[in-house]
Amino acid sequence: MTVGAPGKAGSAVDGDVLVRVEGLKKYFPVQSTSAVRRSHEQVHAVDGVDLEVFRGETLGLVGETGCGKSTLARSIARLVDLTEGHVEFDGRDISHLSARQMRPLRREMQIIFQDPYGSLNPRRRVGSIIGDPFALHGIADGADRKKRVQEVMELVGLKPEHFNRFPAEFSGGQRQRIGVARALALRPKLIICDEPVSALDVSIQAQILNLLADLQSEFNLTYIFIAHDLSVVRHVSDRVAVMYLGKIVELAPVEDVYQVPRHPYSNALLSAVPMPDPHQKVDSHQVILSGDVPSPINPPSGCRFHPRCPKAQAKCSIDDPALVPVLGDPPAHVTACHFPVATGEVMESRPAVIAGDGAPAT
Amino acid sequence: MSMSPSDSVAIEDALVASGVPPPEGAAASVIEGRSPWRLAYERLRRDRASLIALAVVVVIILVAIFAPVIASLTGHGVYQQFRDTGLTPDGLPVGPNHQFLLGTDDQGRDILVRIAYGARISLIVGVVATAAEVVLGTVLGLAAGYFGKVVDTVIARIIDIVLSIPFLLFAISLVSISHPSLTIVIVVIAIFGWAAVARVVRGQVLSLREKEYIEAARALGAGPWRIMFIDILPNIVAPIIVYATLLIPVTIVIEASLSYLGVGVPPPTADWGTMISGAQQIYQQAWWYLLFPSLALLITTVAFNIFGDGLRDALDPRAEQLYK
Repeated sequence: MTVGAPGKAGSAVDGDVLVRVEGLKKYFPVQSTSAVRRSHEQVHAVDGVDLEVFRGETLGLVGETGCGKSTLARSIARLVDLTEGHVEFDGRDISHLSARQMRPLRREMQIIFQDPYGSLNPRRRVGSIIGDPFALHGIADGADRKKRVQEVMELVGLKPEHFNRFPAEFSGGQRQRIGVARALALRPKLIICDEPVSALDVSIQAQILNLLADLQSEFNLTYIFIAHDLSVVRHVSDRVAVMYLGKIVELAPVEDVYQVPRHPYSNALLSAVPMPDPHQKVDSHQVILSGDVPSPINPPSGCRFHPRCPKAQAKCSIDDPALVPVLGDPPAHVTACHFPVATGEVMESRPAVIAGDGAPAT
Repeated sequence: MSMSPSDSVAIEDALVASGVPPPEGAAASVIEGRSPWRLAYERLRRDRASLIALAVVVVIILVAIFAPVIASLTGHGVYQQFRDTGLTPDGLPVGPNHQFLLGTDDQGRDILVRIAYGARISLIVGVVATAAEVVLGTVLGLAAGYFGKVVDTVIARIIDIVLSIPFLLFAISLVSISHPSLTIVIVVIAIFGWAAVARVVRGQVLSLREKEYIEAARALGAGPWRIMFIDILPNIVAPIIVYATLLIPVTIVIEASLSYLGVGVPPPTADWGTMISGAQQIYQQAWWYLLFPSLALLITTVAFNIFGDGLRDALDPRAEQLYK
C-alpha cells in the first residue's frame, strides 16, 4: 500500500473481486415540514454507481461533502437498505438480505468511523467496547475474551492494562485506535474507513495511517478509504474513485488520477490541494469552480457536473456520459465525460454557458 | 501511551509480539477507569443542600420503617382511641402535650403515631407507583424512539392521549367504581404517570440513536434489543433516575390528594391525605391536627425535590434545561 505502486494497482485489475457494486442507488425521502402533506421529493444520495473492489487493495473514495461517499459505503456495508441495484460481497449477493441475515456477515466487513468521540459509547469501558465483536458473534467468553481483547489492544498500540478505562480517558488518536481495534477484532476481510483521520491532528493522522498500512499487510485487509483530504488518499490508495453528486466521475490507479486527471471535476478538485510550500506562487492554473454543488434532490440533467463545468457543451446537459476509458487511457482508468481533459490542457475557470440550458449556472 | 513519532516502531514491535502478552503487561496492576457514576458521586458529595435533603429522606424512610417502634415508645397504637385523655370533655382533640407530643385527632388518636404510619403509605405508593411508571415508560419510550415509524406513531399518540386526560377526574371515577384500596391507588397512578417518563425517554433515544456508536454497534451485528438495552439504556439511566427521584414527591402528593378526596386508601388506615381532610372540619379548634400532617407532606416532597435537583446536577451537569 505504499505510494506509487502501479504494478500492484495494475495487477489488481485482474485480481479477484471482493466487493462488486452494480447500478447502486440510494434515495432518501425528504422530511416534510408539513405534518399533513407527505413530500415526494427524494435526495439522490447515490445515483447509479458501478464499482469493483479487489481483494487486498485500498480503494480511495474522494469527493466533496455530501457527494454520497458515506452513503455508498453504508450501502455496501448494508447499514441502509438499497433503493436499487446490487451489492455482491465475496461472491454473495447481499443486496436484499435482512438485518438479521446480515449479522453473520458482519464478521467479515467492518467500519472505522470518522469521529473518535462519537463512535465510542461513553458509558462503556474500552474492554467491553472492543469485546463487543467477540460477544456478539459468540466467539469468546470471560477470561478468553479478555485475553483476546488485550491482544487486539496491543496490536493497535494501546496498553492492554487500560482495559477498564472509559473512552473519555483517552486522547483523540488513542480513541481512534480503539475504533481500529474494534473493527479489527474479528479479522474481517473488508474494512470501510469512513474518514478515519479527518478528525485528528496531522501528527496523529500519520500514526493512524501507518497503523492501518501495517495491519493491511499483516492481515491482507481490503480497505475502502473515504476521505476528502486528497493527499491522504494519495498516500494510502491503490486506486481512487472520484465522486460528484452521487456518481463516480473518474476511477483509476492512484497515480493516474493525480497525474493525468481526465474529468474536469477531478482537475478542479486536484488543483484545489494547497501546496505546502510558501515560496511557490499561487498556481495560476488553479481551476476555481463557480457556483455551488446543485441540490441532490433535483440533480441536473445529463452530466451532473455540466452547470459548473468550464468545458460543458450542449450535449452534456442531455447525455449522461458513461464511465469508460477515454483518450487512449488503459482499461483501468475510466472517466465519465464527453469532453475529457487532455494531458497538458489548461482548463478555464468559468463555467461554459450552454445555449438552451434554462437557468444560469450560478 | 506515548504519542511520539517512534510510535510506528512500537506498533511493529507489537505486531511481532502479538499473541504473546508481554510479562510486564500481565503483571501490571489493573488500571480502573473512573466511571461516570463515580464522578457523579464525587460531585454529589460536594453538594451540601442535597446531602441534607438526602438525610431528611433517610430519616423519613427510617420513621416509616420503625413506625411500630414509635408506637410502642409512646404506648399508643395507631388505631387506638383515647376517649379519656385524648379528647376534651367537649369531645374535641387535645393539643400537643407531654403525653401526645403532636396532639390528637378528632377520634382521640395520637397524631405522631399516625403520621409515622402515614409515612409508610406515602413511601410505598411513591416508590412502587414511580417504579412501575419508570419501567413502563422506559420500555415504551425506548421502543418508540428506537424503532420509529409505526411503533413510534402508535406509542407517541397513546402518550399524547394519556397526557391529555384530566388525571384527577379520571382517577376519582376509576377508583370510585372499584373498591378503594392501596393496590388500586398504585395502579391508577402508574397508568397515568408512565406517559411523561416515556416522553422523556423517547426524546433522549431519538437523539442517541443517531450517534455513531449506535451505527458502530449495528455494523458489528448487534440486534435491536441489544442496542436498546446495552448501548442506549446506560446513556439514559442518569436522566431516568433523576426523573424518577422528582416523580416520587409528585406521586406522594397525588396519593395524598386522592385520599383527601376520599378515594384513596380507605380509613381507618393512617394516611396523610385522610388526616388533612379530617382536620379541615375542626382546624379552628385544633390547628395541630391540620399543621403536622401537612408539614410531614411538605417536608417529604421538598426533601425529595431538592435531592432530585442535586442528583440531576451531579449526574448530568449539562442537561439542566431538560426537566424545567
